[in-house]
Amino acid sequence: MLLIVCPYCGERPEIEFTYGGQAHLARPHQPAQLDDQAWAEFLYMRTNTKGVYAERWRHARGCGRFFNALRDTTTDHFLAFYKTGEAPPERTA
Amino acid sequence: MSRAAGGLRTPSGGRVDRTQRVQFEFDGQPYEGVAGDTLASALLANGVHLTGRSFKYHRPRGILAAGSEEPNALVTVSRDAARVTPNLRATQVELYDGLIAESQNRWPSLKRDFGRINDLLSAFFPSGFYYKTFMWPRKAWKSLYEPVIRRAAGLGRAPTHADPDRYAQRYAHCDVLVVGAGPAGIAAALAAAGSGARVILCDETAEFGGSLLAETSALIDGQTALAWVQQGIASLAKNNRVTLLARTTAFGYFPHNFIGLNQRLSDHLSRPPEGRPRERLWQVRARSVVLATGAIERPLVFPGNDRPGILLAGAAHTYLNRYGVRVGTRAVIVTSGDDAYQAALDLKNAGVEIAAVADLRSEVAGALPDAARLAGIDILPGSTVLGTEGDLRVNAVTVGRVHGGKVQAEQRILCDAVLMSGGYTPSVHLFSQSRGKLKWNDALKAFVPGVSAERERSAGACRGVYDLADVLADGAAAGAAAAGAAAGGGARRFMVDAFKRSSESYLGALPQAQAPSNDKSFVDWQHDVTSRDLDLATREGFQSIEHVKRYTTTGMATDQGKTSNLNAMAIVAKSLDVSIPQVGLTTFRMPYTPVTFGSMAGISRGDLFDPVRTTPTHPWAQARAAVFENVGLWKRARYFPRGGEDMHAAVARECRAVRSACGIFDASTLGKIEVVGPDAAEFMNRLYVNNWSNLSLGRSRYGILLREDGFIYDDGVVARTGPDRFHVTTTTGGAPRVLALMEDYAQTEWPELKVWLTSTTEQWAVIAVQGPQSRRVLETLVEGIDISSAWPHMSVARGRICGVPMLLFRVSFTGELGFEINVPADFGLGVWEAVYTEGQAHGITEYGTETMHVLRAEKGYIIVGQDTDGTVTPDDAGLTWAIGKHKADFVGKRSLERPSMKSAHRKQLVGLRTKDPRTVLEEGAQVAAKSGQKPPMELIGHVTSSYASSVLGHSIALGVIESGRARLGQTLYVPMPDGDLEVEVTSPVFYDPAGARINA
Ligand SMILES: [Zn+2]
Repeated sequence: MLLIVCPYCGERPEIEFTYGGQAHLARPHQPAQLDDQAWAEFLYMRTNTKGVYAERWRHARGCGRFFNALRDTTTDHFLAFYKTGEAPPERTA
Repeated sequence: MSRAAGGLRTPSGGRVDRTQRVQFEFDGQPYEGVAGDTLASALLANGVHLTGRSFKYHRPRGILAAGSEEPNALVTVSRDAARVTPNLRATQVELYDGLIAESQNRWPSLKRDFGRINDLLSAFFPSGFYYKTFMWPRKAWKSLYEPVIRRAAGLGRAPTHADPDRYAQRYAHCDVLVVGAGPAGIAAALAAAGSGARVILCDETAEFGGSLLAETSALIDGQTALAWVQQGIASLAKNNRVTLLARTTAFGYFPHNFIGLNQRLSDHLSRPPEGRPRERLWQVRARSVVLATGAIERPLVFPGNDRPGILLAGAAHTYLNRYGVRVGTRAVIVTSGDDAYQAALDLKNAGVEIAAVADLRSEVAGALPDAARLAGIDILPGSTVLGTEGDLRVNAVTVGRVHGGKVQAEQRILCDAVLMSGGYTPSVHLFSQSRGKLKWNDALKAFVPGVSAERERSAGACRGVYDLADVLADGAAAGAAAAGAAAGGGARRFMVDAFKRSSESYLGALPQAQAPSNDKSFVDWQHDVTSRDLDLATREGFQSIEHVKRYTTTGMATDQGKTSNLNAMAIVAKSLDVSIPQVGLTTFRMPYTPVTFGSMAGISRGDLFDPVRTTPTHPWAQARAAVFENVGLWKRARYFPRGGEDMHAAVARECRAVRSACGIFDASTLGKIEVVGPDAAEFMNRLYVNNWSNLSLGRSRYGILLREDGFIYDDGVVARTGPDRFHVTTTTGGAPRVLALMEDYAQTEWPELKVWLTSTTEQWAVIAVQGPQSRRVLETLVEGIDISSAWPHMSVARGRICGVPMLLFRVSFTGELGFEINVPADFGLGVWEAVYTEGQAHGITEYGTETMHVLRAEKGYIIVGQDTDGTVTPDDAGLTWAIGKHKADFVGKRSLERPSMKSAHRKQLVGLRTKDPRTVLEEGAQVAAKSGQKPPMELIGHVTSSYASSVLGHSIALGVIESGRARLGQTLYVPMPDGDLEVEVTSPVFYDPAGARINA
């Protein structure tokens, strides 16, 4: 069970959270202007990163807030937690 | 060579109490052991080696090891019909007075086993036997192969009664978790605790000390090994920051240093105290972990190496020194290193005749072999083993000499025990589970921990450190480092007086003569995999150990190849002429040893298995003997049988009552979400397909929510209850996921919208009053709302009923004139009873979910999740009318424009009428355009809902059919085992298509 740091509540066990998939996928403002290919890309194509991955979590059984995390998928270690809307923190080594 | 029972027990020494005799039963025979015995040591003390039959060939098998790595001696221990535990390793079962154990995998008895014929027919059981033999005909799997294989190859049987015992669970946090309480673990715990850390020390056995419990000669810091253990443990026990857990297996290593421990609390007791938990699951979050899990002695691979009486040398050493049991009277020792000579010396001292030590090394030198020579033990250097003899117990071993690459000069030695030692395999299971990277150590001929993935360190034998002084220092250093103790001061040193331990290991099969013995050389005892099987697998083209493993099943038994994996890899590597790291490494998985379901389930069983949600009228429905159904976690009244009615009769009556007079139904489980804020309408516009801007106060609308991919996600009536307020209802099961989806968009896509979302599902009781008489029933009860026909369908208003504040909907899920009364949940039952009483004069009838389903299906109203399955668009469901015409965007809109979503061949919702009005189709049944097809058939859709309609006098069904709406009037076919059923495609609305009744 992972240990996750909610930016609003602090360190909590994974059972308090739900997973939200890849982060930083903004819904297009005018979907009608996207062609089928571009819309399908938004809808279905996700990266499957081996290494550092930006992903969404929701503190569903806590404050209810969505937030983002950087996780190394090879070790499950988190590198950072940050609020929705913020850019992923710069990583130093 | 007859011997009196008990003659194998030494007169003194070891960790057993000879004054406390313990009676037990094995396979129906009474035996006696002593306090401190395991079942294995007690059986060996009684001269019993034969404890099981092998998995595939049903060969007689004896006890091989002394610990949890035991592959052969699996037993079932039972106290009563409900307390039957199969597949326990006899080496780990602590003896108690009255213990009843049985061997497994034999029929009719251990000594006369019918399945032994498999051994004689073994030419027909090569690698991949199951794959090769039982592929065809497929039908024979179910009727013939599987039952026979299951019975022949089964391990123990599960108990037939529910488990009556209690299993506890707890969470724990610590600075340092030390796994394994041998010399390294104890030294680590002492060092960590000494620096003030909170420490948990666990060990899978009953007593702390590990290998030191069988150590009779070594001195640590001037005291005996045992005294050092006892002093160390006593000091840890006094420290209130230290938790000592014996009989506790660390079975799983999960991310972020989360470790599962399984503590056995009462299985070792003759009469467990009432109420004591049987096991406790510890879920430990450790700041740092020290793995001190030791090493497992490696068996040797030679023909006939599986006969009862053939043990690991270290196991024989443990049985002698820890349990005071001689495993035989005349032993041959086969070894690749020095350590087995310690066993030889101790056994000889205890009166066991050592017929010879067959050493695989051509040069045998060193302190221990010299001591053995001095003691008069015959050493045969450059040896190999060519075969063994004996039916239910080994009685001879044939030793060969390897000379110039050739095997010659055979020598047959009589004996009743063969003790083998191929060096050690570090127990890296937990390290591997923690995703640490293993590295191959050529000198040790073993994989050892390389780079850690977690805050964890291995210490002692589990990382290939074998010499006692080094092990203790390694443990102390790991414990101090894990506790974050200051590096200054230098490492703790231990003064150890003992024979220097060697680390010479052997890998793979022993050399054999040109014409080798026909007997099998086992690699994996528990799954009956031989060296020949592995060779065959490589000849057939399997090159990765992961593939060989699956093909031969080596290492895939319940012991996960604890004694076999490295030999298997070595044999495969040799056969392919590559190095062992090139063959690859199999992955270790949790659990280290099997964990009971009870431990995992804990208190989550029976009433506590899952929460139960009940509606406000639940007690009323219970008093009426309603039949309930589970809908998610909800208990919903399905129907209310009267006077012995079955479901069919009750539902028919309830349906007629609603259509002819009035029915009352508890709809409280409907999900309800309050959407509030200045941007509530904009939020709803962006989310739902409908236009909400033009929904005026006091009106409601049927809303549809899509996923972004354009498929129906949920539906429900949405009311505007304020300029900035919507009362959104969802399906019963969909409420949490709809709220989660709303939150997702509100928080992450449109954070600029001022909107707040609140689940109000459990705040409202919802009482549906439906039927032509419903207005009459409510007229006298409703205060503050004119519910005459001037108040049209889909109206909403606040008022009171029975003095209680109410949100009243004029809505219908039945197609009749209807109302839904929303009152605060606490008033639900009272209002329900008042309405029910008032309704008596108008023929009011309570109805359940089954009737609700029939009534809505008669009207062609869909149920999301039953008539839709995540691939249904609004148009597929005939709901295009609900979509806001001039909306630029809503969730899912863009997807509806994709070509495949507009195809004329999509499956569309239609009605289906059977030719025979009495036939009720099976929900889920497939539909074909052509009759009389044989599989594989061409199918064009399936039945989603199907009921007998008492009101219409015929069965009705809904289904999704390719181009369904273009097929109205066509005859289609529902293929069933007895032949095709003819159905006609109709409109999905079977009842009152004009909708006159709903607007009455
Ligand atoms: Zn939070």
